[in-house]
Amino acid sequence: MGAALPETAPSRLFLSGNEAVALAVRDAGCRVAAAYPGTPSTEILEEVARFPELYTEWSVNEKVSLEVALGASMVGARAFCAMKHVGLNVAADALMTMTVTGTEGALVIAVADDVGMSSSQNEQDSRFWARFAHLPLFEPADAQESYDMTRAAFTVSERFRCPVILRLTTRICHVKGRVLPGARETHEPAGFVKDPRRWVMVPGHAKPRVALMYEREDALRAAAAESPLNFVVPGSDRRIGFVTSGPAYMHVRETYPDAPVFKLGLSYPLPLERVREFAAGVDQILVVEETEALVETELRAAGIACAGKDVLPRVGELSPDRLRPAVARLRGETLPAEASPSRLVPQQVFPRPPTMCVACPHLGIYYTLAQLRNLTISGDIGCYTLGAGEPWNALDSCISMGASMGVALGMDKGRGQADAKKAVIAVIGDSTFMHMGMQGLLDITWNRGNVTVLLLDNRAVGMTGGQDNPGTGRDIHGESAQRVDFAKLCEALGVKKERIHVLDPYQLPVLFKTLREETRIPEPSVIITDRPCVLIDDYKATQPYKVIADQCTGCANCLDVGCPAIHVTRRGTEVKPSGKEVELAFVRIETSACTGCGLCVQPCAPEAIVHALPEHPVKFLHAKI
Amino acid sequence: MTITNIAVCGIGGQGVMTATEILAEAALSLGFDVKKTEVAGMSQRGGVVTSHLRFGPQVLSPQIMAGEADLLVGFEAAEALRWAHMLKPGGIALVNQGRFVPPVVTIGLYDYPDDPIAEMRKLGLAVFDFDASALAMQLGNIRLGNTVMLGAMSERLPFPADVLRKAVLERFGTRKPALLELNRQAFELGRAAVAEGSLVTV
Repeated sequence: MGAALPETAPSRLFLSGNEAVALAVRDAGCRVAAAYPGTPSTEILEEVARFPELYTEWSVNEKVSLEVALGASMVGARAFCAMKHVGLNVAADALMTMTVTGTEGALVIAVADDVGMSSSQNEQDSRFWARFAHLPLFEPADAQESYDMTRAAFTVSERFRCPVILRLTTRICHVKGRVLPGARETHEPAGFVKDPRRWVMVPGHAKPRVALMYEREDALRAAAAESPLNFVVPGSDRRIGFVTSGPAYMHVRETYPDAPVFKLGLSYPLPLERVREFAAGVDQILVVEETEALVETELRAAGIACAGKDVLPRVGELSPDRLRPAVARLRGETLPAEASPSRLVPQQVFPRPPTMCVACPHLGIYYTLAQLRNLTISGDIGCYTLGAGEPWNALDSCISMGASMGVALGMDKGRGQADAKKAVIAVIGDSTFMHMGMQGLLDITWNRGNVTVLLLDNRAVGMTGGQDNPGTGRDIHGESAQRVDFAKLCEALGVKKERIHVLDPYQLPVLFKTLREETRIPEPSVIITDRPCVLIDDYKATQPYKVIADQCTGCANCLDVGCPAIHVTRRGTEVKPSGKEVELAFVRIETSACTGCGLCVQPCAPEAIVHALPEHPVKFLHAKI
Repeated sequence: MTITNIAVCGIGGQGVMTATEILAEAALSLGFDVKKTEVAGMSQRGGVVTSHLRFGPQVLSPQIMAGEADLLVGFEAAEALRWAHMLKPGGIALVNQGRFVPPVVTIGLYDYPDDPIAEMRKLGLAVFDFDASALAMQLGNIRLGNTVMLGAMSERLPFPADVLRKAVLERFGTRKPALLELNRQAFELGRAAVAEGSLVTV
């Protein structure tokens, strides 16, 4: 068992939910922590990696990270892994069997739901997984609870010998609050005990363990019913009693300070009898949960009448503003048209969608793809998904990690006359390729697919802040590691050597020519581009450019590159000899932002773009999330 | 004592989150309960960033609702207009006149407002505006813009400007000693700009 280390007087820290989880992982004596980056969970492992006491790794995908954690648990170590909501879909295969084997060393899985979809392809409620896998579920409501519940999750995992799910949301991960940490523990792994009936899940071994899993769930239900993490906040206004969990708890307390609240912390298995008692003391129950009607449905099934998603929104984050109309409706009140009569209406301002960075190597790729005709472009998850937007409109699908490969093959095999003349392209980044794309490429080569793959190697997991992967030559600590050779890897996966090209995405004519040639050859081919992400240290800025105003003819070719450093100074129209009216846009380059990639120079017809004076210092305008 | 709500907005890369963090440290140093939240989305890619800071005896929900901000700090003029409805009646806006024109405007899909700050005044808001980007460039680095904005905020807080100045200098003094003096100057430029600025309301 754990031994408490001497602790100097703890003081309050100011931490995000992610930082609080990371500190708790260290303080719980965890030995192995693994993750694949994904918003909003990324910072958890970045923070854990700062503690030298643990082994930490970026895994190639979430399934591997969970398996690494399970292996550590098998030898008796405390283990942890973190992922975003869609990551648990990937890891689910492992999860659904490790709930049958159970664990030895405590194993905690932090899964962060991107409620509100700030940076995700869908919205999912990970609380379902606890039900599906019959595992305990913790739902912190702020940073302090993130710390406390992570600690509690390790204890519960050890007691019940099963993985524990810690469900976070964006509004937990990225909210900072004061945190008082607890005492540190240490745990020495007891060692692996050979036990095929426990760890080798063949049918004969699994059958008795599935029965044990249900017994464990019953024991967990009894424990959750007693848990101090499920508690009642008394209140004098008994018209509505709230049942709530996670960040929604804070919104309820903020908005209705006099109402009784049943706060769920260890929220699965649900403490139904305690909720029933609570319900008896109020006029009606409103379940406030993000995002699905889960607790609500289970309460109703247990015969506890309640309101929930019939009055509350089903999509996105809840907030005090979204609670008020629902509560007013339940109370039979009419809400004033405006909570505050002088409240301003939101002003209409242009949208400011995320854009690719100045000098991003993807700019050259999408500029070129937009110039080519008759393409169907199967995309993937990463910064390069932005190629679907203006001005390129050069990405036709984005589904899930690695899906560009299989989708492209299906488009090729399924097409009829309507698409006969189109070339099928798949666009995927280095990290996404290694996460889940390699198998898809193997499927393309094995089944003789006619797909041209663009493998954009920018030596980083770009979208989440430039983390390392097996293609960067560095590990999670930035230390030297083996580096994948993508050309060799693609060859090993069955792509002919002569169909593999490694080229510079800043060299537009080469890229254009190679793409045109490869799309005409009815075989799988891979074009690997090899410029680093501009936000990582590998990227070196060079001399910036400027526009000679007198020479700019307003042709606007450079704007098709989509670089944020190019700005329009004035617009105009020109009537061609044919009588056709052409829109003109005269430009300037923001020299302080330009890093000299030279992409805009190449399409500039009048050669009006030249190197700026050397005395202009180059300054970056960028920051990490 | 009630809760103070400060909404800070801008675009990715301007230091909105760092500035709010320093403001949080100042409030923490006085013993307040503090919560800070972001809606950052894909801010690293030049998207919209808003940071909410709430402090008081006890803070529950981290989010500021529309019409409840005591102070709106706009690091970019059009972003300040976008979030103007966050201000409560009688609230104050501190706005950088500097503009960051996004590619969707450059390629002609949308228009940048002619005068976002004038539009805010038309809404009846008390707006202090000044060119924080130019002041930062005066010191040689656009990245000092967030310290200029912090200097501007320092006179509009429910605690003395010195508390915030100390938090700024502690942050940059320990992490980047070379930048200490520059940040001190940036802070003072921001303070002075707002002191000289004329408050115009309709």
